[in-house]
Amino acid sequence: MGINFKQETFRDDFSFRNSPEQVRRFPFPFHEDGYMYSVNIEPHVPGAKNTVFEHLFDVDEHYVSEMHDRALVLAEDPLRCQSLPHMTLAGWDTLELLMTEKAKSYPEHFSLTRDGDKWHWVNRPLGIDDRFTFGDTSTLPYDPLEYITRQSQGDFAVLDQRDGNLWMDAGIVTTQADWSLDFDIGMNFFEWHAPVPLAHEMGVFKRALKFLMALQQGQPARRHNWTMTINPRLDTSPENYHKWGTDRTTVTPENVGDKVHLRVEIQMFFRLPRSNALLFPIRCYLIKMDELVTSPKWARRFHRVLRDLPPELAEYKGLVRYRPTVVEWLSKYDDGAPTSPGFGPD
Amino acid sequence: MRAGSNRIDVTVTDVVVVNELVKRFHFERTHGGILPTFSGGAHVVVEMRDEGKTRLNPYSLMSSPLDTRDYTISVRRDDAGRGGSLFMHREVKPGQRMVISNPVNLFSLDLRAKKHLMIAGGIGITPFMAQTAQLAGRGGNFELHYACRNDALATYADVLTARYDRRIHLYRDDHGEKLDLEKLLSTQPLGTYLYVCGPAGMIKWVRATAAEAGWPDETVHFEHFAAPQPGKPFDVRLAVSEVDIRVGEHESLLEAIEAAGLNPPYLCRGGVCGQCETNVISYDGKFLHNDHWLSEEDHRSGCKIMPCVSRFEGKSLTLER
Repeated sequence: MGINFKQETFRDDFSFRNSPEQVRRFPFPFHEDGYMYSVNIEPHVPGAKNTVFEHLFDVDEHYVSEMHDRALVLAEDPLRCQSLPHMTLAGWDTLELLMTEKAKSYPEHFSLTRDGDKWHWVNRPLGIDDRFTFGDTSTLPYDPLEYITRQSQGDFAVLDQRDGNLWMDAGIVTTQADWSLDFDIGMNFFEWHAPVPLAHEMGVFKRALKFLMALQQGQPARRHNWTMTINPRLDTSPENYHKWGTDRTTVTPENVGDKVHLRVEIQMFFRLPRSNALLFPIRCYLIKMDELVTSPKWARRFHRVLRDLPPELAEYKGLVRYRPTVVEWLSKYDDGAPTSPGFGPD
Repeated sequence: MRAGSNRIDVTVTDVVVVNELVKRFHFERTHGGILPTFSGGAHVVVEMRDEGKTRLNPYSLMSSPLDTRDYTISVRRDDAGRGGSLFMHREVKPGQRMVISNPVNLFSLDLRAKKHLMIAGGIGITPFMAQTAQLAGRGGNFELHYACRNDALATYADVLTARYDRRIHLYRDDHGEKLDLEKLLSTQPLGTYLYVCGPAGMIKWVRATAAEAGWPDETVHFEHFAAPQPGKPFDVRLAVSEVDIRVGEHESLLEAIEAAGLNPPYLCRGGVCGQCETNVISYDGKFLHNDHWLSEEDHRSGCKIMPCVSRFEGKSLTLER
């Protein structure tokens, strides 16, 4: 049975909704009633059925609409996708990884036929049927990174590894939590993480870098991060801050359930075989407060996490203005009962 | 933390005598299918079951990254070594099943380079076999300077010359041919990156000459072929696991720790990658540091050791493992 792809928007009238099935598979990010940074890296191995970890690259009901939104962002601002000249090979690595995994995980929607370097790619949901020569950029309508990531949910940063550091030398970034590829391009690991509070002092980034530099082929890893977004907008970029920044002032006790979203990122790490670069996909999942509280455990726990969040983190995540309103709203769903350990709904 | 499986079951499909010191080994997947794609400069760790002892030795992949139906490595026999190369030469035959790791690259090409200038000594030629194949397939600009003892030990010089002609420069000791490194380095175009793989003395010479000529550190890449050296046996207390172990003459400290049932992380097993770095809790004696990872200060402090290549002589050593 195939996925039932929805037609919806992430801008203007914001028609985005999760189906009840999609709510149940939401990657709720809190395993306990509180939150502090941790490296929280785990092996990225295929997980349980009907979770977002069932396949290495999750495709869900929002796929077609998310790809349409990405095309709109790129049409307005082509600098959302960039690749420095030495990163083309890493782009081909990325294309191979995404095509082979998608075709393997969702054969009813994607297929790939390889005859040496003559490849035939079919993407049924997006109506794409292309033949090209692997390694020859002139046979594709875009460079390989842009071509395949216009067909893949989530942002992708491609990190070159050299001189004992990682360098953000390519990527496509249209569904981001307020960071800019155009600003970060060419930066190293410590430079692009410089704005993050507290974590540097905790030594988090040094440990994370050491781990990532040693990441091996065939042994991908993942972690998660979270923030909140007002209205289901994928493109909360610095470039478009003028379009969404003021949304934060529009939260009222009456509209919390529909307007306020928990935004979870699943960040993955893959060693790319030809280029020895690291692929860093950042997949964004949104859930409305109305949808979240359909799980009593998630409602109780998120109320406690948000209420007790250290002020520096609330500031960094941009939640300060509307946090009290949301905490008050969520408190109606928290009877003080204990919550069970682990991420899942009860 | 380790994700997924790092081990690949392979069958030895061919063993080729290259010259009096070097044999080449071909591996294919035992259960069929192509092997993982890799990048030039990568190595695999080969598991050897040698009379109840497990040896894990890293070898550079020398086959073309563009063709992964099989992997090939070349092993130089080291009669004074700890026995890994002798095992490969004496015991490994076509048809034999072995286990290797996924490829790991600690000697990667810098793809920003306008030109790749490669300097090889002896068996240090192997990673360049894969790197030149990778670059040639994409029209990359490279030049290889290869020093060896004589024609008989100029491993793969004939193959490379046939493939790449004037891009290969050979220097034979017994013909009195000598690489004029100062001149070579002073005549390179902007955007050239330098790679060196060979004996420790050669790496030191190339790095020092490049530094003297003003080459930035980031443009000089090198790979040490530092196999662990044998030495006097010594005793170690592993404090975390509460185990006492003895490191044999032909065994590395890392191998002895593994033989005790522990699994410390590793990638290179040659003192370069830093994965197996171990804290010293207490000691009474002298460290024999052979790694390229720890700083001189770390070496002097007596607080850290790289168990893959370094040893110890003295009364007692307690490690945080």
